[in-house]
Amino acid sequence: MTEQKLLILFFHPRFENSKSNRRLLEATGTLNNITIRDMYEIYPDYNVDVKAEQAVLLEHDVIIWQHPFYWYSCPPLMKQWLDLVLEHGWAYGKNGDQLKGKCVMNVLTAGGTFEVYQKSGRNRFTFRELLSPFDQTAFLCQMIYLPPYIVPGANKISEEELEDYAIQYTEVLNLLQSTALDTTKLNSIEYFNDLKFDTWKEGFYKTH
Amino acid sequence: MEGGLLQNALIFLGAAIVCVPIAKKLGIGSVLGYIFAGILIGPFVLGLVGHEGEDVMHAAEFGVVMMLFLIGLELSPQSFWKMKNKILGLGGSQLLLSSVVLLPVFYFLFSFPFNASVALALSFAMSSTAIVLQTLKEKSIEKTAAGQSAFSVLLFQDIAVIPILAILPLLAGVQPTHETTSPNAVISFLQTHSSLTIIGAVLITFLISRYLINPFLHYIAKTGVRELFTASALFIVIGVSFLMTQVGISAALGAFLAGVLLANSEFRHELESDIEPFKGVLLGVFFTAVGSTINFQVLAEKTSQIIMAVVSIMLLKALVLAFIGRYYKISVTQNVLFALLLSQVGEFVFVLLGSIYLFKLIDKPQSDFFMATVTLSMIASPLLLFVYEKFIANHLTSSSEKPKDYKVEPEEAHQIIIAGFSHFGSTLGRFLRANNVNATILDSDSDRVALLRKMGFNVHFGDATRLDLLEAAGAAKAKIIISAIDSPDKTMELAELVKKHFPQAQLFLRAKNRTDAYDLMEKDFTNVYRESLHSSVYMGVDVLHTLGQRKYTATRKANDFIKYDTIAMKRLITAKDDMRTYISNVREEIAEQERLLNEDSKFMETKADNAWDNTPLKK
Repeated sequence: MTEQKLLILFFHPRFENSKSNRRLLEATGTLNNITIRDMYEIYPDYNVDVKAEQAVLLEHDVIIWQHPFYWYSCPPLMKQWLDLVLEHGWAYGKNGDQLKGKCVMNVLTAGGTFEVYQKSGRNRFTFRELLSPFDQTAFLCQMIYLPPYIVPGANKISEEELEDYAIQYTEVLNLLQSTALDTTKLNSIEYFNDLKFDTWKEGFYKTH
Repeated sequence: MEGGLLQNALIFLGAAIVCVPIAKKLGIGSVLGYIFAGILIGPFVLGLVGHEGEDVMHAAEFGVVMMLFLIGLELSPQSFWKMKNKILGLGGSQLLLSSVVLLPVFYFLFSFPFNASVALALSFAMSSTAIVLQTLKEKSIEKTAAGQSAFSVLLFQDIAVIPILAILPLLAGVQPTHETTSPNAVISFLQTHSSLTIIGAVLITFLISRYLINPFLHYIAKTGVRELFTASALFIVIGVSFLMTQVGISAALGAFLAGVLLANSEFRHELESDIEPFKGVLLGVFFTAVGSTINFQVLAEKTSQIIMAVVSIMLLKALVLAFIGRYYKISVTQNVLFALLLSQVGEFVFVLLGSIYLFKLIDKPQSDFFMATVTLSMIASPLLLFVYEKFIANHLTSSSEKPKDYKVEPEEAHQIIIAGFSHFGSTLGRFLRANNVNATILDSDSDRVALLRKMGFNVHFGDATRLDLLEAAGAAKAKIIISAIDSPDKTMELAELVKKHFPQAQLFLRAKNRTDAYDLMEKDFTNVYRESLHSSVYMGVDVLHTLGQRKYTATRKANDFIKYDTIAMKRLITAKDDMRTYISNVREEIAEQERLLNEDSKFMETKADNAWDNTPLKK
């Protein structure tokens, strides 16, 4: 059984200072069939190579935007990437269906916790609400927007907690690699974080 | 001798091919290699050449003329004019003081009559243009204080040859017109009115260079026959030299003047590349001939006297030079180099000794004795420089002053070596240092080395293409070795040396232009940085901005262009192989331009990206 090809597009302007992102990426090393692109390393001058990026997208089935959640959004190079690569007539608009059917998701490290990201909390909106531009981007490109996976409170996270998040992240990626996954069933959850570790997987597989 | 020319050529060239690479490997410079080759084939070792060595020497001396022509080409009249004070001051005082100091040596020590002593003192004050300039070039120290001062002195000496030759007959008490006057009335007039002649000759050279040679070269270039251009280049140099010697000016000086006047010509590079190989071969043959004429019989008979003479003459000359250098505020290390560079007695003495002998100021054994002295001093000169580079300079620069505010941890293992710290290397070095990355620096300008040491840099003095220097700098442990050397040839040499001996180190190479970059990339070196790429493209950004374009759009295009150009470069390398035959710099550059412009149309045809461009959405 062939696996789904995963692509992590990793955007971090200060990767050298990010303990949590380093641990998350290290954890993905246990997986096969995954491409990790450290975008700030590839495009230090923001001169995104549109053709090359589009070619990479076509080669993969699941696209993961992994990035810190700066000002309730993505770092600027990722926005640059969205602006340049998702061209009219290629990703959307007339004849723009090159990404149709592919899955896409956000993986965030955020300073605040889930409690803060609530209507009653300091940030007044949930992660899902704030991520709606990405959700809509995926929709316009006829892609399937998967529930995001979030590492909250990432600035003050303990080693043990971080370890748990890293393991859970690989579990999520592992699930996404499976061709037996029924993505429509993922609509029932808001975040991949919500999944119960031991029992959750089976519920999302295709049933015949 | 039947077939003599071919046979001699074979011997001379063969000996050079054997000896020079060995000398280069030993780090003692090519000049010594040639001289040893000459000794080897000379009558006292293998005996392959007899006394025709002297004739060969006189013929090959034309290499010196060509060298001065080439130096002139690199020096525009404007920069030559700027040097005039240095030439007159340094050169004049050197010749005058050296002669004054040497005079008692000949007068009292050798008890020559006064007039002969004056003649000898004047000629022994001369240094060897051939040896010094060749050494300067080989060690890339032309631009240092010592190098430039030495050049000024040599230039003055070349000018001084004319009056010295003129007063020799006077010293001998012979009427100057006796020996030299030509039967031709016009030429004899010129020969007897030397100052007038010199002014006239310079004027004629000026007019010819300005109004005749350039149109002539255009005409030749149009014929498209490659060898005709080489012939013309040779014709110009030989023609000017002939003209000058006819009116009694040194051929070298004439060629130099012609070179200066042609420095602004658009054919400069073409002339340079045409003359260069001839000069190289002739100079090599010249040095070999010098070696072959050493009379070991005289040397064996009067060993101690000759060595005494060599040591005392060179010591006196060096002291005078050091004194002058001090007066002109040359730093200590550079001054030692300056004094050592010029302390030998030059090949010009061979000519003067001939005349002195002719005028019966000295006899044959004395002439032979001095010939041996001069040759020995010429051999000693490259050896002294070798000693200076290896032992003296490092000692001098390190003992100058203790580091002030910057401290270098002695145990800190430097992982990066930067070779060359002129404008390119220093910008890089400063940037790295600003990011707390310390590098070991190799540089061959002792003034700069002294300054950098004072600032706390870890600096090694010397030629970065010397294996022992690289080893001393820790190349065996270096992670990165950077060549920021001005000379593309040196960069190539260094790159190949590192690749062979220190394969663990990553190379980062500076290329002056596309051609150099090609050469390096063809040898599979990858990190090649063209110094003309980024600054010119980013200047283009500002030009587009001034024309009214938005800066960000122009900057994006600039980045694209740089990326595109780097890729195009790799593609063109294969195309270049086909035309790798010997074509001159200029023509190569023009052909290159043409190919580039053709390539660029591909860049313009590529679709501008859709980013932020809403025209398709407006339909």
